[in-house]
Amino acid sequence: MSPNMSSNAIRLVRLLLILGVILLWELYARMVATSSFSAAPSQVLAQLWPKVLGEPNVRFAIGITLIELVVAFVMSVVFGMLIGVLVGLSDIGRRSFYPIVLLLYGIPQAILLPLFVLVFGLGPASKIAFGFTHGVFPVIVNTIAGMRNVNPLLMRGAASMGATKFEQLRYVMFPHMVTAVFTGLRLAMTMTLLGVLLAELFVSQGGIGYFTLLYAETFNPAALIALVLTLALLAIILNELVRMIEARFSRWKE
Amino acid sequence: MIAQDKLVIRTIQVGVLVALFGAWFIATRAGGTLKLFLPAPELVWREMGVLARSGQLWASLSVTISSIVKAYMIAAVAGIAVGFVLARSRTLVRLFEPVLSGMFAVPLTMFFPLFVLFFGIGPDSKVAYGATYAFFPIALNTIAAFSNVDDLYLRASRAMGASSWQQFRYVYMPAALPVTLTGLRIGFFICIASVLGGETLAATAGVGRATALAAELMETARLYAWIAFVVCMSVMLNLLALAVETRSERE
Repeated sequence: MSPNMSSNAIRLVRLLLILGVILLWELYARMVATSSFSAAPSQVLAQLWPKVLGEPNVRFAIGITLIELVVAFVMSVVFGMLIGVLVGLSDIGRRSFYPIVLLLYGIPQAILLPLFVLVFGLGPASKIAFGFTHGVFPVIVNTIAGMRNVNPLLMRGAASMGATKFEQLRYVMFPHMVTAVFTGLRLAMTMTLLGVLLAELFVSQGGIGYFTLLYAETFNPAALIALVLTLALLAIILNELVRMIEARFSRWKE
Repeated sequence: MIAQDKLVIRTIQVGVLVALFGAWFIATRAGGTLKLFLPAPELVWREMGVLARSGQLWASLSVTISSIVKAYMIAAVAGIAVGFVLARSRTLVRLFEPVLSGMFAVPLTMFFPLFVLFFGIGPDSKVAYGATYAFFPIALNTIAAFSNVDDLYLRASRAMGASSWQQFRYVYMPAALPVTLTGLRIGFFICIASVLGGETLAATAGVGRATALAAELMETARLYAWIAFVVCMSVMLNLLALAVETRSERE
């Protein structure tokens, strides 16, 4: 391969590689693997419609999971930015609480999952709570980091021109924090999804977790893979959505 | 002035801890249904002792730690090897880097039932799941580390007659080490979290399984005891990682 392939050629080769992998998977599933553990892509596609997505209960479950995700994400963003701004506002506050936040962030939260279910029940509340605790930390950490990165000269400049504390925050601090905060938001989206899905898989009444378990335990890998791929697609769409909003808010820089 | 600041900060931090434990203590004295969800601190402490003495702690911990070590070894070796090979060619990086980072953006948790389906309910599925999850940050950081080595250094060392091995040892290695280490650290904590998460979801043994079991049996004191062990472990590991990092930064 020449070192200077055009980006179109790169894309083409990448697409061919992915198609090749899918083809190999198809061949492997048809020739070698046993049908109760793996499924060929063509079988997955056949299951996707009408079996999986055609089923109203599955569509409902996906909807519930999306609502859980959105509620947990919005809560993470609101509380995360609030806590982040409060902690990051003063030097002493940041240096006292930032290490505590980092240590809490470092705890493998999966271990708390049974407790969340015990406290918040089997319904959506435990999924939202678990998604929230996953999503809130990246927002806090990146908000604090973003506030720290604002050039103090600009803040003092605004202050000397008579800006109130609120105006300093609104017109100097916030626009400069956008990049860092959005890094946090993108991370929070991934983490919230992780939390919600973990909780769904742990225990679920008719949610996504219920159907994944159902398909896995009845040895229906084609349906399972179809459901998982649908969720993966949703995850990619949500990530892109956050990225687009980020581009919208970073426009002032250009 | 700076020493005084430090004192204030430490006082606030200790104060927060004391306040949390105090609130816990008082809340359990208040009684009511809260007791079911929030056992008294001394009960949790006693349960921690019981778990440690009866050997249950070591039995579960040894399963979990051996899963984590196996998963991490696989992820580290595979991640660095793949990252290094891809980073040798700019075309390969452009070809595969977006695929890898795209896959890492999808929560792999969704595939956990597939891991159980393929590898069974024993530790193997947790090893495979943890290894897969930790592989991505390690590989991505290794790619970033090796493909961002300044061309100038490479050309200079070549001009001064360095062999391939010398170039690797004296240019690539020192330049790529910090970012690779960051990847290894991120991968390590992801590995721990995913092995524990996998054990909580579906397993026959291990700390995650023990925690889920305690919750299912409504033995909340035991549940909190397991949580306390894991929190202590993670705080110690994080402080260790922090100490290593500040030391390597100073050098």
